[in-house]
Amino acid sequence: MRKVMTGHKAVAEAMRQIEPDVVAVYPITPQSEIAEYYAEYVHNGIVKTELIPVESEHSAMSACVGASAAGARVITATASQGLALMVEVLYVAAGLRLPIVMALANRSLSAPINIHCDHSDAYLARDSGAIQIFAESAQEAYDYMIMAQKLAENAKVRLPVIVNLDGFTLTHSSQVVETLPDEAVKDFVGEYDPPYPLLDVDRPVTWGVFAMPDYYFELKRAQQAGMEAAPEAFLEIQKAYSELCGRPYKGFFEAYKLDDAERVIVVMGSTAGTAKAVVDELRDKGERVGLLKVWLWRPFPRAEIAEALAGAKAVAVMDRAISFGNLGALYLDVVSGFAGRPGPTFVNYIYGLGGRDVPMEHIAEVFEGLKEAETGELRYLGLRE
Amino acid sequence: MPSIKVLAKREEERGPRFTGGHSLCAGCAEPMIVRTVLNAIEDPVVVASPTGCLEVASSRYPTTAWNVPWIHSAFENAAATIAGVEAAYKALSRKGKVTKKIRFVVFGGDGGTYDIGLQALSGALERGHDFLYVVLDNEAYMNTGVQRSSATPRCAHATTSPAGSVVPGKPQDRKDLTEIVVAHRVPYVAQASVSHLIDLANKVERAMQYEGPKFINVLSTCPLGWRVPPDSAVNVAKLAVETCCWPLYEVVEGVYKITYKPKEKLPIEKWLEPQGRFRHLFRPEKREDIIRELQEAVDRHWEELLRKERCTQGG
Repeated sequence: MRKVMTGHKAVAEAMRQIEPDVVAVYPITPQSEIAEYYAEYVHNGIVKTELIPVESEHSAMSACVGASAAGARVITATASQGLALMVEVLYVAAGLRLPIVMALANRSLSAPINIHCDHSDAYLARDSGAIQIFAESAQEAYDYMIMAQKLAENAKVRLPVIVNLDGFTLTHSSQVVETLPDEAVKDFVGEYDPPYPLLDVDRPVTWGVFAMPDYYFELKRAQQAGMEAAPEAFLEIQKAYSELCGRPYKGFFEAYKLDDAERVIVVMGSTAGTAKAVVDELRDKGERVGLLKVWLWRPFPRAEIAEALAGAKAVAVMDRAISFGNLGALYLDVVSGFAGRPGPTFVNYIYGLGGRDVPMEHIAEVFEGLKEAETGELRYLGLRE
Repeated sequence: MPSIKVLAKREEERGPRFTGGHSLCAGCAEPMIVRTVLNAIEDPVVVASPTGCLEVASSRYPTTAWNVPWIHSAFENAAATIAGVEAAYKALSRKGKVTKKIRFVVFGGDGGTYDIGLQALSGALERGHDFLYVVLDNEAYMNTGVQRSSATPRCAHATTSPAGSVVPGKPQDRKDLTEIVVAHRVPYVAQASVSHLIDLANKVERAMQYEGPKFINVLSTCPLGWRVPPDSAVNVAKLAVETCCWPLYEVVEGVYKITYKPKEKLPIEKWLEPQGRFRHLFRPEKREDIIRELQEAVDRHWEELLRKERCTQGG
């Protein structure tokens, strides 16, 4: 069914159709409406979920950990400072291999306080052990919330999954979203069968052990195995979901007019939409430009992305967050795929911090800037200096 | 009401819920409290613990002292964690995926409860989750080396409030967490002590008759931090009760009842003197001035408690 809805509503719709056992959530701009929609569903008997209106994001993730370990299917959502507060427990969730799904309405981090979009919050959780997916549109946010459930619960993966959607740009703007029938979503995600639920009192399990230097390393290495299994599971889930919805989800990233492109932008989130329009315009003028939009950021598909970029002359990797003291995190990720072998020229652009608008002219400026560039350059897009 | 025999028999029949082989210190009161509480509950239980002595000593991979489902997540979030477990229980029971009646218990230290976990506790109490929170109150951060917490009594020596030549131990009074929980108007709140295990078991039994949040703050001797011999855990804690420094009482749906009133209220000195953490109040010279102030505070709080009992019982 095609409907006009905000990104909030699209995420809430996916949640309603998945109908998790437990939702623990705390309000924060620009995420709050997801919590509000879901509370409406619960209080009007539309879903049977146990809603825990916690007193902080720290408790939101903590309650998710308890509920997920107990054997429930669990979803939460947050943004910015909320993620900063819960990140301690996000590491715990990943360490305990708990398949918690979270929508992250991307917003900058303080100070100064700012409620608008950038990816600093997602970057903060980069090494948490959670899988991270970036959506370009409300449609993708809806689709990936549903796919995330399968990915998180995959027996070989069993990790938290974050679905990133740009605060305000996606959460608050109305877009056309095609939703699946309720039954189709329910069939797709299936029943959750937890392997060692706390609530199985006849088979008591100790969760959250204390590990000394003699075991900690092995346990963390085992956790990495979940990440290693994620790419294959991601592709399988995309394939099954694409067949169901008819939208082409194939691969860890979307390659847009990339095949013969000499100058390429790599970007995550809603800016990809703007970049596509610029690519179209420049292509009309005969310029060989293209776009690589990253869907799966963690685990990072460096080999596949390197392969896709191998034919380009110059690549601008756009980071919507500063990694203070170094080049951007996405930039380093992309470049790592070329370690020890020749590749295109790579420039890093920091852009859009704190909701700074990213108009088409700025994207065109990036493509223009790639005509003369040196690897390792750090440039700021749309900044007054 | 259960006797020690009944509790022991229950443990023998169904096997211990918390077993030996843990690495808690000799003389630590915690295992006595944990076993008593778990033996006093008939239904199956799921237990959560924040970071602390009990957690570290009972769950060292690849071993465990827990024969019941148990979870540790972090330091400040045991109440939120158990809230999630309880919510999952409700949801999965509704779906018919869980069919047994299960009770939910937290064992947290004073650091993880009075201090860093207070917000999560308050949230869980306010939301009305059906669980029992038991504080193993040993009055400081014992697991990390006896640092002061907001449960540390005034003038006690702790490593971050040492008995110095200018400041004689912790300058502040301890937080009255039990009364903070009472202010949440939950169905059952109590104070208990390792020195009165039957009183504790009775309280657990009574607590479990109520649906919603239940809270028992149990004084738990730490021989290491209190600087008392390992064989004195029960006797020292008993002096806290006999001096009315740690009254045993319960608040059931807002009505106070003091469950043990000493025939003769001992002077606070009797509680202070055997403990090395108060040694500086007696040597090199006896600090009569400080001891008098501490006595006055105990008297005031005890009178206040008696008044609350009279008022709420309608006497």
